[in-house]
Amino acid sequence: MTGVELVAPTDAELTEVALTRTEYVHLATSLGREPNRLELGIVGALWSEHCSYKTSKPLLRSLPTKGPGVLQGPGENAGAVDIGNGLACVFKIESHNHPSAIEPYQGAATGVGGILRDIFTMGARPVALLDSLRFGPLEEPHQRHLFDGVVAGIGGYGNCIGVPTVGGELYFDESYRTNCLVNAMCVGVVEQRRMLLATARGPGNLVLLVGADTGRDGIHGASFASVVLDASSAARRPAVQVGNPFLEKCLMEACLELAGDPRVIAMQDLGAAGLCGSTAELAHRGGCGIEIDVARASRRETGMTPYEVMLSESQERMLIVAEPGDIPALQAVFERWDLHSDVVGVIRADPRFIVRDGSDQVCDLPLDLLVDGAPPREAPGPRPVRGSAVGTALPAAPGWSAATALLHLLGSPNLGSRAPVYRRYDHQVGDATVVLPGGDAAVVRVDGTPIGLALATDGNARYVALDARHGAMIAVCEAARNVVATGARPVAVTNCLNFANPEQAAVWWDLHDAIEGIGEACRSLEIPVVSGNVSLYNDTGGAGIDPTVVIGMVGVVDDVTLRCTAGFGTEGDGIALVGPLGAELGGSEYQRLESGSNQGPPPALDIDLERRVHSFVLDAIRARLLRSAHDCAEGGIAVAIAESCLMGDIGADIALDGASDAEGLIGREAGILFGESQSRFLISFAREALVRLHELAGRHSVPLRDIGSVGGKRLRVTGLIDLPLSELRQVHEGALIERE
Amino acid sequence: MRFGIAVFPGTWSDRDCAHAVKLSGNEPVMLWHKDHDLRGVDCVILPGGFAYGDYLRAGAVARFAPLMQSVSEFAGNGGLVWGICNGFQILCEAHLLPGALTRNSSLQFRCEATWLRVENADTAFTDGCGLGSVLQVPVSHGEGRFVADEATLDALEAEQRVVFRYVRRDGSPAGDASPNGSMRDIAGIVNTNRNVLGMMPHPERACEPMLGSSDGAVLFANVANALRRNGTLQAAAAS
Repeated sequence: MTGVELVAPTDAELTEVALTRTEYVHLATSLGREPNRLELGIVGALWSEHCSYKTSKPLLRSLPTKGPGVLQGPGENAGAVDIGNGLACVFKIESHNHPSAIEPYQGAATGVGGILRDIFTMGARPVALLDSLRFGPLEEPHQRHLFDGVVAGIGGYGNCIGVPTVGGELYFDESYRTNCLVNAMCVGVVEQRRMLLATARGPGNLVLLVGADTGRDGIHGASFASVVLDASSAARRPAVQVGNPFLEKCLMEACLELAGDPRVIAMQDLGAAGLCGSTAELAHRGGCGIEIDVARASRRETGMTPYEVMLSESQERMLIVAEPGDIPALQAVFERWDLHSDVVGVIRADPRFIVRDGSDQVCDLPLDLLVDGAPPREAPGPRPVRGSAVGTALPAAPGWSAATALLHLLGSPNLGSRAPVYRRYDHQVGDATVVLPGGDAAVVRVDGTPIGLALATDGNARYVALDARHGAMIAVCEAARNVVATGARPVAVTNCLNFANPEQAAVWWDLHDAIEGIGEACRSLEIPVVSGNVSLYNDTGGAGIDPTVVIGMVGVVDDVTLRCTAGFGTEGDGIALVGPLGAELGGSEYQRLESGSNQGPPPALDIDLERRVHSFVLDAIRARLLRSAHDCAEGGIAVAIAESCLMGDIGADIALDGASDAEGLIGREAGILFGESQSRFLISFAREALVRLHELAGRHSVPLRDIGSVGGKRLRVTGLIDLPLSELRQVHEGALIERE
Repeated sequence: MRFGIAVFPGTWSDRDCAHAVKLSGNEPVMLWHKDHDLRGVDCVILPGGFAYGDYLRAGAVARFAPLMQSVSEFAGNGGLVWGICNGFQILCEAHLLPGALTRNSSLQFRCEATWLRVENADTAFTDGCGLGSVLQVPVSHGEGRFVADEATLDALEAEQRVVFRYVRRDGSPAGDASPNGSMRDIAGIVNTNRNVLGMMPHPERACEPMLGSSDGAVLFANVANALRRNGTLQAAAAS
């Protein structure tokens, strides 16, 4: 190589590229020489936690990723499952936490842009977006600023590109005060025979870079996402990319025109670590090498160094590998959409990663070392000993009123109506959203088939904080319950693991345990994990987030005309609780609001009962026995009943004291009303269905308790609550609205 | 009937409009923004989206598209042109309709069900709707607040060119239920010849009960019927 000085880097230089001295020594030893500064930067990006998964990869191997319907497991841009009719559902969730904490609008917008590209790179037309969001307490002006900015950014990108944002979740908790979480999920559909992969092959084939010109934005984005935030983080704003959804729309349409085109050997989007990350992965998957000439990449600004071109995270760019003779025809497809493209590289037979700047060779690294060579991170210490869970009894204080507690919960930011968020997102474009946001899961019908896709994200971090393994299992079950409530079979999972600094033993072990929990729940429920993302270092100045497992669940409604919704429907219908009555307040929203704490054991989980409950609800929906089904989650039975009333705009009369077993109500009112016991659904049904429902519940060995009937304009729980719907609606709808 | 559907870069209701046209038993014909050729269509829909990104002002760039020159001529010759959402914005920028569509009064994007009262049932687009009937049609826009000077608004009212007005579900005035704060709750207007309609709500999203409303389907049927009548008249005149 010419003109490149090789001197060992200083500690400051290593910090800049997020490498430890140990990693550096490993690199130099493996290379048998000192790397130059460009090579160092490239390795730093690809060995960052964000790209290399060096902490989580050994742990993630235990997840079940196979199953009869899995067409593509982890390793490609997204996972894919067979949904029948010759179609594949392609989906993935990904975090954009660090950028959003610094610049909420662009951070969230480019998170949406990035996950969209992961889907259409595989030839799939995106049909839905979901967003899982976490912020600090909403009363604080800075949190309101982040929340508003993130919601505006998601809408700004998704609305412009014309993909409906149909769901997600939103929590506020102290643990996210300095590290908000923005996880975006995208779901696409493609004919299986037209699916594209990002596996390069054929030495001599050319690499075409399409879309936006390359600028200085987002340099070090991947490394930035792999360190803890601190007071200097605001100065990292240049590491946040700027999105152009219009350009992405054109890129998407052009790429979709090429889905299934045999001339496209591979397609790979540019995400974390820019050109460097995408070209290395593309070649490495195909077991070949790649040579890139940065001088051939069109730039947005002059004077960019090879380092900047390789590491830029400018958005809305895509790579295509094709035979030289096919390049002009492919370029013509992009030109029709006014998209510029440059041939920037060539596939090599030997597995080397070579970068040239015109005639100068400026980087030469073995691909294996670059992509797979990051030394895995071991546990930083032994498992810390945890105190045993303390009791969670919250005795009702004198003067306690169940009605007041219910209003308090319904009007809280975590349980209030999400309409002020989703009405800012186009959730209907595509003419396919047949269950709108606001219920348990959204359902998007699939054009030309009888099926619908039920989509949800879920993850209660309070449970994970109390018991990582158990809480992660609950997250999977809860997400599955969300899709089951619409009448969908859960078919596959994507997950986003948001954790604090894994160099702390407690965090590392929580990550370890949470992955085990996801694996166990998914194996028990026979739902494979086909894609996912890990976001670590969600920590600022030692204040780390609660371990936050977000599960993205895809379910299939085989006959979309039989889909079920959560709102009560008809005067006189019966209401029943499926699953245990329970009275568990550990980790509950009620506990948060009443005591401000998070303690005690999280709710128990019987995974076999969970399975049986899913089967029962699905059978009941398919047999048309149900008028509504709603997952009982945060806020317990009382909140679930109130939500079903509000969604259906009709009241309910409930009696919980008729319990024939030994579970008395007196003294346990709060636990029974607001406890968050698992494996439960609230259902309503025409009276004629009552006998058949009980027979069905018997066959599935599932507890089914008749608790009341639908009707009127009030919510009554005998002896405890009597409130007009209008009052419930007012607090519920106002929960997220800024008070002047 | 053959419904032309304009496709600008950034248009996203083109596929939904094509779906609604097919449901109504008619044929969608996609029209590319760089072309002048209207391919012999019987009417033209300018669908929703963010044509050319709408980074300047919604519709401000699209009005200069080659296709729009042909659409303007087509409208000038009495052809039916139907602008929906971004299409309405483009029609205003192209001066085929008066007024302008500005940022919603909430300063936020709104996607939600709205209810429209039919204020003029004597246009090709609405003559199958009862005068005063209320249609449920969703909106999805950030810049849908219709504004015009008082004289223009008065003229629109006097000439019965306000076709749709936002109301509440029960037909009472929208008040603070307006999705965008449009002046006089105007949701859709026609030109003086009544052959060009602009409306912010999306009827193509309301053509099936499964999508929450089928009230939009009648508009597609109305257009097809009007075209058929015209065709019959023209054929009769030619014979």
